[in-house]
Amino acid sequence: MAQRPAARLSVNGQSHEYHGDPRRSLLDVLRLDLGLTGTKKGCDHGQCGACTVIVNGRRINSCLTLAVMHDEDEITTIEGIGTPDALSTLQAAFVAHDGFQCGYCTPGQICSATAMIEEIRQGWPSAVTADPADKPAVAEAEIRERMSGNLCRCGAYDNILAAIRDAMAQTEAAR
Amino acid sequence: MSDTYDTPDTRDMLDRTRQGVIGKPLDRPEGPLKVAGTATYAAEYVRENCAEGVLVGATISTGRVKKIHRDLVMAMPGVLGVYSSERMLRRAAQGTAGEAPEQDVSKVDFPMQPVALVVAETFEQATNAAKALQIDYDDQSGDAQFMPQDVDAEPAADPITAGDLDRAMRDAAHSVDLAFTTPGHASAAMEPHAAIAEWDGRDLTLWGSLQMLTYNVAELADSLGIDPKHVHLLSPYVGGGFGSKLGISHEAVAAAIAAKELDRPVRVVMSRQQVFQSIMRRSETEQRIRLGCGTDGRLTAFGHEALVSNLPGEEFSEPVTQASEFLYAGENRLLAVRKSDITRLTAGSVRAPGEAVGMQALEVAMDELAEAAGIDPVELRKRNLPDEVPGEGTPYSSRRLVEALDAGAAAFGWNKRSAKPCARREGEWWIGMGVASAARVNILAKAEARVTLTADGHVIVETDHTDIGTGSYAILGQVAAEMLGQPIDRTTVRLGDSRLPSGAGSGGSWGASSTGSAVFLACEAIRATLAQALGCASDDLLLQDGKAWAEGVEPRPVTDLLSEDLTRTGKIEPGKLMEKVNQSTYGAFFCEVAVNAFTGETRIRRMTGAFGFGRVLNAKTARSQCIGGMVWGIGSALTEELAFDSRDGHLVNHDLGEYHVPVHADIPDMEVILLEERDPHASPIQAKGVGELGICGAAGAVANAIYNACGVRLHDFPMTPDKLLADLPDPFAPAA
Ligand code: FES
Ligand code: FES
Repeated sequence: MAQRPAARLSVNGQSHEYHGDPRRSLLDVLRLDLGLTGTKKGCDHGQCGACTVIVNGRRINSCLTLAVMHDEDEITTIEGIGTPDALSTLQAAFVAHDGFQCGYCTPGQICSATAMIEEIRQGWPSAVTADPADKPAVAEAEIRERMSGNLCRCGAYDNILAAIRDAMAQTEAAR
Repeated sequence: MSDTYDTPDTRDMLDRTRQGVIGKPLDRPEGPLKVAGTATYAAEYVRENCAEGVLVGATISTGRVKKIHRDLVMAMPGVLGVYSSERMLRRAAQGTAGEAPEQDVSKVDFPMQPVALVVAETFEQATNAAKALQIDYDDQSGDAQFMPQDVDAEPAADPITAGDLDRAMRDAAHSVDLAFTTPGHASAAMEPHAAIAEWDGRDLTLWGSLQMLTYNVAELADSLGIDPKHVHLLSPYVGGGFGSKLGISHEAVAAAIAAKELDRPVRVVMSRQQVFQSIMRRSETEQRIRLGCGTDGRLTAFGHEALVSNLPGEEFSEPVTQASEFLYAGENRLLAVRKSDITRLTAGSVRAPGEAVGMQALEVAMDELAEAAGIDPVELRKRNLPDEVPGEGTPYSSRRLVEALDAGAAAFGWNKRSAKPCARREGEWWIGMGVASAARVNILAKAEARVTLTADGHVIVETDHTDIGTGSYAILGQVAAEMLGQPIDRTTVRLGDSRLPSGAGSGGSWGASSTGSAVFLACEAIRATLAQALGCASDDLLLQDGKAWAEGVEPRPVTDLLSEDLTRTGKIEPGKLMEKVNQSTYGAFFCEVAVNAFTGETRIRRMTGAFGFGRVLNAKTARSQCIGGMVWGIGSALTEELAFDSRDGHLVNHDLGEYHVPVHADIPDMEVILLEERDPHASPIQAKGVGELGICGAAGAVANAIYNACGVRLHDFPMTPDKLLADLPDPFAPAA
């Protein structure tokens, strides 16, 4: 009898079967098995956000979850968001606003912000939302709070915020 | 073209060239790769049959390894080898060492020092086996000293003295005598140290995360006992360095040794905890600052003394008083740094060694003196800028500190500050403003770069220089495009390959001005050849958008002047100007904070920095360096602190969950003013360094703003709520 694959992952629209070591994190499967090294490892402990990917529409730290737990999940990594020749609006805004320096936290920032923009649109509250029953304001405090799981040791925060705001405005205008 | 920089180049060539790209806020050329995740960092190269190595740290503080129980882990699934050798590193190399640091991991110098490498087929197998590895030690920790105060400190250098400080303090109309402490800091670059080593016979290729390849080749070769010509390093993208990747460290040497033994590629990536525990720390400091002035606010007494620490045998000592040597007046002086040898991990360069912690204390002391003298703190600083370096008599090259203070004050709205603390209250928050000067030494380093103007009119810049987020790819291309009159999109910059000419490397804020000057000199040589072909003098040659002309000579496409690719190498070496003229960089920070009247929590509300650092090569990447430095200053003021266990010297908060670097929510809007400046004494491109200036003094502005907000003066960084709480004024009392 054919062995059932440990996990069928859909990554950036492509399906993969993962049969390997069940101890392997989703992050390491992406980086080592699938060659998707755009997702970074900064701490392997859920403390930096460099490994942020989007799973079924929600951002998660891929270092804190095992690949085998993602059978049938839809995973989007930075490579699925845009390519150097066809950047997403947000990626292009990061370049224009210099929302990075060394670039190591950057894919995580962008994956995180991509999902965060959707969270605000859907009205999810955050710790700084005045009244959780209300729609959160698209304010800088909201963005800063929601992005605080993504560390940038180069200290590009001011520019990252500008890039996110710019991309949000562009997307709104195009709506 | 080669140049020992002995006479200032005052031609301002880059102001006379026509392309118009120098200084412009151009996007980084490698930006699209970084935002799309296709820029490749050290651990990410695909090498066939690559084995995975995990380092093992010592569980004693000092002593010797007696026995490593290899057999048990060798029997574990996938394990290929356990390495522990005389050549593996006990300590990381200090910046610009150019030779092997302390080797032989049978000795243990500090807690969690790497003592072995376990290699397996997979990362999970290696991690598991590394955890299972049993090691017997001869524990000599009983003799070790862990606290800098508990040992007799030795002078780190000859003290600088002038006049009679004690007497000047007694005679001063106003004076302050203050004791400060700053804790240890970690670089905490986002990319952990990583290496992939692969041998081809006697030749080693190593993909690493390194700041200074020329030095790193020598360090790695010396560590392995091989000729440097057999070492090839690749480090085209580096996920941050901040000093931690200046020298070769444990993972690179261990990977090379294991790869040789196993005859297959080996990757070693340090865990975040290992990076914290075994690479480098910034030393903690104790500082005493004595300042005295007359009724006019002019400094007559200036004392700055510090106690720092390092491991026994390390020469490096945090140069705490570096900026105090040249920044302010005061004819009666004492500057002295002492160093304690203690058992904690190696102390070395962390972004802006010296000024990062020395300036933040000095700038608080200046604020207190201003208050004692009843003089506005901006004004007090302006009154105390000496005409020449006190005691040395060296003149200054360019110093735009007054302009920085004025421009910053105007942009920030300094005139709205109340001189008295507790004057402004918004809800639960006390609001206050603070100022500090920025100052940082400037260094020109030896550098070499090769520039090619191809027959079809492309510009290629090549050097082993690195871009650690600093903007090297952008600015080196801008220098070359400007000099050779080609559009920036016809310019390619190749970095981070040790086979390319030796750039200065990224560190000490010297990369841009040094390697930029080498690129400039290579371009000058190309221009000379083009001028000859066109029939004009080199300095008369005009180049723009691929055309060449001169006064009275018709424009021609540059490609018409070229029969083949034109390649020249430029070299620069520091010369007499470094000694003869003080070329430091300057700036000013203005900060507004809110301090919670009940909890003592400090929030930064806004921050302005104004900086003068010679020619700006790219206004966008230079600004990024400045905001990055200011973020570090905020971390240093409010949250960053390495905590060591006083019983065994181990680093307690060895990860990003416990060592608190600033996050998005901590950082307010930042305003940066770049002052136009040319410093021909610093480099032929009239540029200086900016990678560290933005941190040097920033935390002082925060501390001064905290005092102005709530009236609490702290001298122990970081200024966490628990320290503020006891002295906060009655939260229910009305604002003063
Ligand atoms: S690598 Fe996952 S949060 Fe840091
Ligand atoms: S860009 Fe370097 S850590 Fe964010």
